Amino acid sequence: MILFVIRRLILIVPTLLGLLVLTFMMLRMGAGDPAAAIAGDNATPEQIARIREDLGLNDPLVIQFWDYLSHAARGDFGVSAYTNRAVGADIALRLPATLELTFFALLIAAVFGIAFGTLAGVWRNSVFDHVTRVVSVAGLATASFWFAIMLQLIFSMDLQVLPLRGRLPTGMPPPPFITGSYVIDALFTGRFETAWEALRHIILPAFTISLGGLATVARFTRSSVISSMQSEFASYERAVGYPERRVVLPYVLRNSLVTPVTQIGLLFGAFVSSAVAVEAIFDWPGLGSYLVNAIFTSDFQAVLAVTLVIGLVYGIVNIVVDLVHGLLDPRVAERM
Amino acid sequence: MPLLRKLARDVPAVMGFVIIIVALILAAFPGLFVEDIARVNRGNILYRLQPPSAEFLFGTDDLGRDIFARVILGTRPAIEIALSVVALSMAIGIPLGLAAGYLGGWISGTVMRLTDVFLAVPQLILAIAIAQILGRGAESAMIALAATYWPFFTRTVYAETQRVRSQLFIEALEGIGMGRRRIMLLHILPNIAAPVIVRATVGMGFIILTAAVLGFLGVGATPPSPDWGLSISEGRKYLPEQWWYATFPGLAILVLVLGFNLLGDGLRDLVDPKLRRLR
Repeated sequence: MILFVIRRLILIVPTLLGLLVLTFMMLRMGAGDPAAAIAGDNATPEQIARIREDLGLNDPLVIQFWDYLSHAARGDFGVSAYTNRAVGADIALRLPATLELTFFALLIAAVFGIAFGTLAGVWRNSVFDHVTRVVSVAGLATASFWFAIMLQLIFSMDLQVLPLRGRLPTGMPPPPFITGSYVIDALFTGRFETAWEALRHIILPAFTISLGGLATVARFTRSSVISSMQSEFASYERAVGYPERRVVLPYVLRNSLVTPVTQIGLLFGAFVSSAVAVEAIFDWPGLGSYLVNAIFTSDFQAVLAVTLVIGLVYGIVNIVVDLVHGLLDPRVAERM
Repeated sequence: MPLLRKLARDVPAVMGFVIIIVALILAAFPGLFVEDIARVNRGNILYRLQPPSAEFLFGTDDLGRDIFARVILGTRPAIEIALSVVALSMAIGIPLGLAAGYLGGWISGTVMRLTDVFLAVPQLILAIAIAQILGRGAESAMIALAATYWPFFTRTVYAETQRVRSQLFIEALEGIGMGRRRIMLLHILPNIAAPVIVRATVGMGFIILTAAVLGFLGVGATPPSPDWGLSISEGRKYLPEQWWYATFPGLAILVLVLGFNLLGDGLRDLVDPKLRRLR
């Protein structure tokens, strides 16, 4: 198992290196001359040439790439043109917010997706099953940024039951940093009012992001439950005379949960993707809204740094998913 | 064709098919449904931000343009971008996947590591970065989406090619001395077409969604394009009073993507009985 983790971690390295090459190429091909951008509109050609020299833009590409690589390895991605601070520091500050949001979205997708999928599978062809199917097909076809706006329209503007934006009401101090999740940190430190407010703020964005995943998990769970309910071991247990509930709850469920759970991990990429626009809509101070700001200010450094960091997190999440898969299914663990 | 008859009995798939046909008609002949196409981008400021009515089914926007007409005209760019992205991705992804799956060796290693790099970041994130660097516009959005979507085709084709390659008839063809290129194009490609078609159908819906996000974030279509994603981002400023502005373009996305997903699901059921939705 440990060997498996180490091997997988080593396998990430060439991929990340490739990603660095890709982002480096994009940075160099990017519109405009970075030296001219720094020098400003009134610079003379000589000044620009000097800045080019200072930035190392006249060096061979290999040396430039090595420079980029060694800076990136230390988390140094230059200074953001928008916040005027180190991009690396900005990202470190904002990453916890995105992780909290995607974690809650995964939680919603897992709990409701598995619940709805199981019930739809057990009560196959019932009204509940049909409604679940229609809703999940529609959920997969919904643009999450539009859904976010519709939820704001209904719950924040019309009914005014949930907050419109942010992680906490203005003026409420965030809880001390433990895990980076406001809800969990506030609970740990006993600030229940803060935890409640943080929870109220996270519901709409997390639900928006989870929508597509919820639908996917429900569909996978449903077909998985149906096929294990028809399997030989289930028929055997029924023949022995176990009541249906005892067949379904312990045996069928355990056997049919492996597929949906691995799906949940694979959904992380989709969640981070929809988090980009959704964070911007809900003013959620995470990587997604940072990326959107970087787009609006043409801040290439920041855009590429976010891309790299998300690539790294994504790689780690995939390893965790494989580990969980092994924990759930001993047959997989043997191959690790 | 017994397969087609089977598909015709699949009610959701037929619904999806009908939606797609209607959308294609709307995209090809918008003039049939919108009286004056030239006026769609001009608008009449006297009719600014009107709620839905008999005259303006979906209301009007901040420039007094008929949102119904703009939603209809937005069908064409949505389908155009999805078609070109899927076609480009197939043009890149299928040959690479075929070569990697059939030839093996270093070609396979290189191609698959390359797809690893592209798949190491969620597609949308990489597409945003590329589109941003190419500069705002529908074309750069298209290139960015194609540049990030081809690995999905390569993966599918690679897996399928490996499955077909080990079959006896390929060995027989090799035995009689047929060239590798001919085997790939004439014998492997037709045998892996079905899953590729499914991938392409579902991919159409997926790209429409992703392209809408790019439009919404301002790295895609530019005003005054009737692009749905762009319209939603413009309409968002007028919430909650003018709710119709952002609502209807989003519904259009929902319906069109639903069409491709329903048809794609139906095709998948036909092609791969193992993945049947067990009805």
